[in-house]
Order: sequence, then structure tokens, then C-alpha cells
Amino acid sequence: MTSTAQAIAVTDLHKRFGPLEVLKGVSLTARQGDVIAIIGGSGSGKSTFLRCINMLELPSAGRVSVHGEEIRMKSDGHGGLMPADRKQVQRIRTQLGMVFQNFNLWQHMTILQNVIEVPVHVLGKSKAEAIETAETLLRRVGLYDKRDAYPAFLSGGQQQRAAIARALAIQPLVMLFDEPTSALDPELVGEVLSVIGDLAREKRTMILVTHEMKFARDVANHIVFLHNGVIEEQGSPEAIFGAPRSERLKKFISSIH
Amino acid sequence: MTNETTHALAFTPEDLPKGESFLKPHRIVLILFAAALIVAVAVLMRWDWLPRYLPRLGWGILVSMVMLFSTSILGFLLAVPLGLVQVTGPWYLKGLARIFCTVIRGTPLLLQLWLLYYGLGSLFPQFPAIRHSFLWPYLREAWPYGVAALTISFAAYEGEVMRGAFAGVPAGELEAARAYGMSRWTVFRRIWLPRAIHRALPTLNGETVLQLKSTPLVATITVVDVYAVISKVRQETFLTYEPLLLLALIYLCLTGILVIAFRYFENRIPTRGV
Repeated sequence: MTSTAQAIAVTDLHKRFGPLEVLKGVSLTARQGDVIAIIGGSGSGKSTFLRCINMLELPSAGRVSVHGEEIRMKSDGHGGLMPADRKQVQRIRTQLGMVFQNFNLWQHMTILQNVIEVPVHVLGKSKAEAIETAETLLRRVGLYDKRDAYPAFLSGGQQQRAAIARALAIQPLVMLFDEPTSALDPELVGEVLSVIGDLAREKRTMILVTHEMKFARDVANHIVFLHNGVIEEQGSPEAIFGAPRSERLKKFISSIH
Repeated sequence: MTNETTHALAFTPEDLPKGESFLKPHRIVLILFAAALIVAVAVLMRWDWLPRYLPRLGWGILVSMVMLFSTSILGFLLAVPLGLVQVTGPWYLKGLARIFCTVIRGTPLLLQLWLLYYGLGSLFPQFPAIRHSFLWPYLREAWPYGVAALTISFAAYEGEVMRGAFAGVPAGELEAARAYGMSRWTVFRRIWLPRAIHRALPTLNGETVLQLKSTPLVATITVVDVYAVISKVRQETFLTYEPLLLLALIYLCLTGILVIAFRYFENRIPTRGV
């Protein structure tokens, strides 16, 4: 396993919120082209784990590497960790395209402005170049005709597709999806899943926290089942859904269906 | 959906009635009544003094406008950090900002103005260092004290408004900005501040109108704004109603212009379901 093929490596990650330990030593490696789905009940720590990868949550212990580069951490003086070099974290974050449960589009900007914001003001691309890329991406997610609309005037599904275009615009090494369909009305889930499915089929590296079991089974090549802050079981979709070994996973799968 | 969007993007003062809706009978009666009132005011009251005072009135309006704009802009520039430190600052800055806003908002503006002008203004000449400094020609005038008092007052009120506006920006939008590698300064400049200002615009509109109507207080420290000019007219012509009616009309027009200008900026970013 060479470090260049390694997109993300997380080693022995712990996260405590006060007395509550949400992650109790989770390790995970994503190679380039991997589509990893993280499943688990609510409170299992799956969103927290995803948010620790780009340091939106600061891990209490453990190591995170992106593209072979380890994020340098130091003690925060309260028994936790904080980034030793904020600039490094900012640079690494530009390689991780995060998609949120609640879209989090910037409401004071049009859809196009949302998509070009980071390329222009963080990555230093020219506006013309950024607009060209953005329009291609918006065509891809089917929102070209909405490029001058403000987010508040779009449906949830459209907003989430715009948010995916915004994440793709930074040309990320890895896409991180944090329950991307959980805030959507049932009839809007399909349009978002089809966009994510397309990305998976073109072998884009992604880590996906989701409740959509059928979708996870279809697009992921690796499934991780988190329970109470530890990886209870992981493996191929066939193994996880076809022949679950642990009692908790069996219970979880039967409770979903 | 598309129609709704484009409609909202264009500047339309929706709450103004359309042309044809003026032609309802009761409205025609009201319009005729208003016209008669204006004619009566113009014909029956004395306006022969007006041409003589016109240049001074124009100058007075200019002084009022300069007072309004300079103190609103300076005050707002102070209000942004005042609001920001109350949301994210360390406890001592938070405390200082809160004390400042509470004290200034809790005392009359007229009192602050007089404390600055008669208090500080009479202390300054006792210090030779100040009397010989390059600032002295300004400190001898009345208007710097007016600008200072109005600026401080606006900063305190708008500091509170901006505190609420900063706190009200959804945390998820700021988180998204950080997740894409924005530095703290970029998050503030590109997302947090513009988003907060947009949220605060309707309130700032009302506050700026209030600020306009606070400007006549500077007449009490000898600054000759439009209110002071009208007072002069009343002293010299022994007229009461005519100059005061004209003054009311002038403030009404200025307020109208302010409201329309703010609404233009509010409508540049349409909001839904308001």
C-alpha cells in the first residue's frame, strides 16, 4: 500500500464530548477510487467520525492523513487536540469536498456565486475560469437554468445538488457526504442519490455517511458499520448485507428493512 | 418558480399602490381634499420669506445630510466590531462592548452631546498641548462634537443590531465556509459579514431614519443645520407654522429617499416568504 494510492488514512481516532466518548478508537483507510459507506444507528458516531476527517470536529486522540500527509496536531491543554498549523488544515480542507445534511449553501449568493466562491476566493482561480467550470458542473447536476437563482428559491433536492456542484468545484481528492439525503422530502431523495451514484461510478473517491441502505449497497465497495463509537463490522456490501456476522449488525439490518 | 424569482429580483416597490388603483371614488375624494389643503396652505399662508432664505435652507439641508451620512457610516464601522466581539470575543472585550452599548443606549443623546461639547469642549483649552496641536482648529468648532456624539450613539444602537445579526447567521453556512478551507478572515469577509448585513438591513433602515431625526439636536450646540435655519427664520419673521410645516416636509422627503434607497439594497437579494 503506497502512500500515493492512499487518499485518507485515519488511525485510532477518539472523540470525547465531556465525559461522553463518542468515538473509541476508529481506524479507516480509503484508497483512491474507494467508495466507503458508513452506516449505523443514531448516536453511533458516524457523523462525528466524518467531521473529524476535515477537522470540523477536533479529535481527542488519533491521527488523520490526507493523501499521505498527516495533519499535525498539538495538545489543546484540556486533554484534547488542536491543529498545530492552521494553514495546513486550511490547505488540506481544499482537497476534501464536504456535502452537508442541511446543504449549507450561502444564502446571500446565487447558485453560480456559491459554486465559484471557493475556487475564486480560496484557490485563487480567475473568475472566468471558475465560471466555466461551475457552469459545466451545474449542467451535470441539472441546475444550469437555476444558476442565477438564490438558494431559498430552490427545492431541497435542487439545493443539495447545487451543494454537490459546489463541492466538486474545488476538484477534491475525496468527497465527504454527511447524510446528504436525510433532510430531504422522500420524493426528492432519488434525484440527489442519482447524482451521487454517477460520481461513484466514475470511481471518484468518497466517504458517505448514509441511512439509505439500498443505495449504500449499490454504490459502495466497502461498508463500515459503526456501533457505539467502534467499528463493529466492515467488509464488502455482499458480506455486510448478505452474511452479517455480529448480532448488532443483524439487528440493525433487520430494523432498517 | 422561475417567474417568482425574476419578479423578486427586479426592483418593485410592492407596497406602493398601482396607478389605476388611485381612481377609486373614495381615493379621488381624498386626493381632492389633499390638493385643496395644499392650495390653501400655499395661498392663505405667508411664503414671501422663502426666496430670501432659500440659499441658507439649501446649506442647512446639506449640513444635515453630511451629519447623517458621516455619523451613520462612522457609527456603522464601529458597530461591526462592537457586534462581533459580543458574539465571539474574549470575555473582557465582550464586557467592554456590552457596557458601552448599555451606557450609551441608557442615556439621552442630548445629554451625551452636551457632556461632550460643554464638558470636554471646555476642558480641552486648558491643556496647552491640545491648544497647540494640529487638531485645535477643529476642536474649537462645534461640529466635531456633534459628529462624535451622533457617531457614538449610532454605534451603540447598531452594535446591538449587529450582535443579533451576527449571531443569527446559520452556523452551518459558516461551517461550510471553514470546511472548504477558508481562513477566518475570508469567512468573515465573504460569508459572515455580508450575510449579517443583509439580515440587518430592514432594521438598519429604520435606525438610519431615527438617526436623521436625531440630527436637529446639533442645533443646540450652534451647528447650523436645516433645523437651525428654520429657527432663525422663525425669529426673524415672527412666523410659526409656515417654517415648521416646511421643515416637516423637508424631513419627510429625506426620510422617503432613505427608505427607497434601503429598499433597493434589500431587494438586490430576494428573500422568500417574508
